[in-house]
This record gives sequence, C-alpha cells and structure tokens, in this order.
Amino acid sequence: MARLDPKTPAGARDALRTMWTIRRFEEALEDLYSRGMLHGTNHLSIGQEAVAVGACGALEDGDLITSTHRGHGHSIAHGGDPMRMMAELLGRTDGYCRGRGGSMHIADVASGNLGANGIVAGSMTIAVGAALSMRMQGTDAVVVCFFGDGAANEGSFHEALNMAGVWDLPVLFLCENNQYGMSMAQDASTAGGSVAARGAAYGIEGVEVDGNDLDAVFTAVQAEVARIRAGGGPGLVEAITYRYRGHSKSDRNLYRTLDEIEEWRTERDPVDRFEAAAVDSGRLTVDEVDEVREEARAAIRDAVGRAVRSPEPDVSDLVDAAYAQVPEHGR
Amino acid sequence: MSAETMSCAKALNAAMRVALTSDPATFLAGEDIAVYGGAFGVTEGLLADFGAERVRDTPISEDAIVGMAVGAAITGMRPLIEMQFADFVVNAMDPLVNQAAKLHFMYGGNVTVPLVLRLPGGGGTGAAQQHSQSLEAWFAHVPGLKVVAPSTPQDAHDLLLAAVNDPDPVVFVEHKLLYREEGPVTVRAALADVDGGLPGTAVRREGADLTIVAYSLTARKAEEAAEALAEDGIDATVLDLRSLRPLDLGPVIDAVTRTGRLLVAHEAPGPVGIGAEVVAGVVGSRAFDHLLSPPVRVTGGGTPMPYAPALERANIPQVEDIVAAARRLMAEDD
Repeated sequence: MARLDPKTPAGARDALRTMWTIRRFEEALEDLYSRGMLHGTNHLSIGQEAVAVGACGALEDGDLITSTHRGHGHSIAHGGDPMRMMAELLGRTDGYCRGRGGSMHIADVASGNLGANGIVAGSMTIAVGAALSMRMQGTDAVVVCFFGDGAANEGSFHEALNMAGVWDLPVLFLCENNQYGMSMAQDASTAGGSVAARGAAYGIEGVEVDGNDLDAVFTAVQAEVARIRAGGGPGLVEAITYRYRGHSKSDRNLYRTLDEIEEWRTERDPVDRFEAAAVDSGRLTVDEVDEVREEARAAIRDAVGRAVRSPEPDVSDLVDAAYAQVPEHGR
Repeated sequence: MSAETMSCAKALNAAMRVALTSDPATFLAGEDIAVYGGAFGVTEGLLADFGAERVRDTPISEDAIVGMAVGAAITGMRPLIEMQFADFVVNAMDPLVNQAAKLHFMYGGNVTVPLVLRLPGGGGTGAAQQHSQSLEAWFAHVPGLKVVAPSTPQDAHDLLLAAVNDPDPVVFVEHKLLYREEGPVTVRAALADVDGGLPGTAVRREGADLTIVAYSLTARKAEEAAEALAEDGIDATVLDLRSLRPLDLGPVIDAVTRTGRLLVAHEAPGPVGIGAEVVAGVVGSRAFDHLLSPPVRVTGGGTPMPYAPALERANIPQVEDIVAAARRLMAEDD
C-alpha cells in the first residue's frame, strides 16, 4: 500500500503538510544563508514540491529513491528529518552526513534514500545497480530515480535507460523537468523536445504528467510503480514543473523573465493548487489547511532551533574517514 | 591444501570461483565475460557454473557498468567488475572517482562501497595507444579508492579475494602479460581464508647493495634483473609493492636504510607517478641519512604507447634497462 493516498482526507493532510514542510525548510535555509549562517551553495526546489511529495507518497516501505543536487524535497518527502537535514547544511555533527556532505549530498541509506548527488545524472546508473540488487536479493522493491531535464542529455541517462531496459529492472526514472538546466532552456538543449519520448528508444513507454498537480503525479507514479513491481520492467515519467528560485546562489536570472516566474507562481503554484483541489473536493476544510500550514511552520522552526545547537564536527573526524577499513600498513 | 602450478589468469579465475561459492552477495559483470569468457579468458567457465544472473554480460556501457556496481554495492551486494581493457575505465571516471570513491565519506560513513574493479592494463601486446595504458597512478591519487597490483599467481589469487572481502572500492590492476605467467598457487577454500585485509609490500629477494622497488609485471622484471646483477656480484633487494594505495613504505624504508641505494621501476609514466611517491617517502624518512647516492626511477610512458615493436619495447622498462640503471647507481661514488 502506498505510504499516503492524497485522495483520502488523512492522506491529503499529510501531503499538504509535507509540501509546506519542504517549502518552509528551503525558505528557512535561504534566511540562514542570507544571515551568513550557511556557507557553500544550495539549490532550491521551491515550486517543485508536488513532484517529490506525489512520487514518494506513491511508494511503499522498502522502496528506494535516488536524488539530485536539488534534493531537499526528495529527502523530506521520503521521510527525512528536517532537523538532521538542516544540521547537515549547517555542517554539524547531527547532520545526515555528519557535516561532511552538505546540501548536495544528503542521504539516509538505512531508510532507503540512497542519496542526493552533485553530479548531473550521477545517480542514474546507481539507481540501475540498486534495482538489480533488489531483484537479486529477492525483494519486490522499486527504485525511483529522480533526475532533471538537464540530466537527459548526459550519456549516463542513455546508458542507464538501456541497461535497465535490457535487464528489465524495477526502476522508475522520474524526470523533474523544471525547464532549465543552470540557464539553458530545455527546448534549446534537448533534441526532440520531450524526455518522456526518449523512453521509446529503450522499450520504455514514457509518461508525461503535470508536475505541479500533486494528485496527477501521485496517480501516474502509483500506476507505474505498481506495473514495475509486478515485473513490467522499467518506467519513465516526465513531470513538468518550474523552479522559482535561481539555479543556485550565483544566479541573476538572465535567461528568463520575471513575468514568466510570476506567472508560474501566481497561476500554477503546486501548493496553492493542491489546497484549492483538496478544499473543493471536500478532503480538507479551509481551517484544516490553515492548521497544516502552521504545523509545517512550527516543525521547521523547531528543527532549525535544534539544528543550530548541534555541535560542530572536530577535525579528528577526518582521520581515516575516507575508508571503511584501513589496513595496518596504511595507518 | 597443497599448491599447484597455474597461470595468473587461472589463479584469478579460481579466486572468482571461491568468491561466488562462498558469498551469495558476490556477482561478476563486464563486457563479454560470460559466454565469451572475457577478452583474456579470465572468467572462462564461470557462466556454466554460476549462471547468467551472477556472471553477467553487460552492454558496452562502461559508465553504466561501474555506476551499476556502485548502486549494487551500497545496497548489499559485492560486485566484481571487469573492464575489458584498463583504458576503457576512462569512460567510467564519474562513477569511479565521483561516486565509488566518495560515497562512504560523503554520506557520513553510513554506507560502504565494496566493489572490485579489475583493470587489464599494460603494454607489450602490440595493441598501441588505446589498449596498453598503465593508469594506476590516477586512482592512487583519489582518496577513497584502494589500488592493488599483484605480480604472482598466488598474489593475484589472494589479493582478489582480499579485495572482494574489503568494504571499500578496490581498483585491481592486472598486467595483460602476466595472465599466462605460471607459478605455484594454493587455492583458498573460502573468502574467509584471506581475512587479514589487503596486504602490503612483499620482499622478493634480499640483498645488501641496492633496493629495487617495483610492482605488477615490472616486479617480475626486477627479479630477473636482480639475477643478472648477481652474476656481476651486485646483490639487490627486490620489493614488490602489491598495494599502491595505501602504499606500504615501511619495508622500503627499512631496505634502503640497509642498502643505501634505491631504484624504483614501473611501466606507468614517470611524472607524478608511484615512483615519485616512493622516492619522496624514502627521502623524507630516516633512510635519508643512509642514502649513498640519489634515488633513480626507471619508468615507461614517455609517449603514448607506440605500435611498431621496437618503439613499443623502448617505451616500456625492460630487464636490461633496470640492470643498466642499477649498474650506474652502483658506479656512483659513495
């Protein structure tokens, strides 16, 4: 059974809370960054929350995900603890990676999040191996591999889809098409225009879905995951969405207009749309929506409060840390 | 179990058989390794005994092969991968360097990446520039990777089992010209028989006059060179590094402290190579005060590997090159 079914009132409440949690988490980290409390860089998924929440909601316990450099939403949607995520961004010992990885590398392998990845398409072949592993170990787990529209032009994308195709592996490649690489528009970078259509070359029937419609993402991913779990072979879903913020902290938005951003924010925002849909369909009341917003806000406030109190790592943590086992002669 | 005579290729094959038999998490994957038995026949016969699920032919997709191995390794499997030629690993640098080497550290020590990547490398086969390289120094430069390079059939067998047992990614350097080299091998009964971790430097010969350090095929040449030098009354110690990262310099420092002279030989190019690291380690140690002459390196790779036999030979350190360098080293004033 899926972890949450947004078609039910309880599931809708969970889904909305998770979307708000992702948005508040990223707004909180923007705030910390602007106050000089976070270093490095980060990639925000504000505006893309429905993809992560709809897709992860459709999974079952034991299913795995791989994530991307824009992965905070995937981590939270997969059940990640915002306190440990924020501690990681702050470079603290309570972070998921003990402060070693930062924003682009949050992973919680024990719970099935095989990790965010700083290399575009870097996790696609890893997802293939994880799917092979799950099958060889006799499980019926499915691996969901998040990737961006930019990754579809890496060789790894093609090698991964081909290998998954010839080996019939239980992996769902899930493209979050937010329409831009760092600055390059998808229609300028991607021959043929469609990522979903590329599946056909590998015997995979690609599915395109409105990535800002949580119900639609959930329904599409749930159907694909069920088909894959039943032995139907790999899948490919392309969710069309949009990022409001720049690619990263250096972005001056030279490649798109403010009008374009504003249009997506005001007319197609995934959180607004889901709230309206949930209220219209009677799954949530207006009061419940307000409660959920406040729950998410309070949860992030609490998580940040605890994360900033987490200790800084000691440099002694680096000794032999690159290896799980150091032979006697290597010490 | 008593030793039997076998080639390096057979010793590697036997090790894979031991691994596949004793650990259900192990599997083999690579280009043409199953039906064909591998480009050099190293995996011959394993498909018949272990089946296509565990002896897995792959598409010609080096990036996906190694990335797949990383994904399998972090989720409970122990993949043993063959690159058909070491040169092809260049197509898999992202999954090897950015993924396999990093994940244990990057994810806070919460995962291990127990994969073995076998790289058949080296020249002397007339295969020219893109099928003859010795790339091991690249990998030794990367924190998170281990690099080993056996020279004897027994070491090929034992190091491969130790690499499979190891929780970290191991780049396993094989010289193609060693595959047919024979020697005594005690085949281990199970993976657990080699549980001491990856071994370090081995002493192949002890002598008082100079120390020759080498690895892989060049370690065999160093032993031959030492026999030739002995006829001239020059008594060489020969050390076989076996592990290039971590590098076990203790026995090298001990030997140079005794002999006062150091010669490092390898087929890989000299600049920024393993030899440079060995020399730096020795001159930065207590052995420095015992040096009777400056350390020398005998290396290959002045150009990309040439095709014409005479040119190819000149680009690879030969026994006589090591002998000549050792004689010059001995001739220098104390």
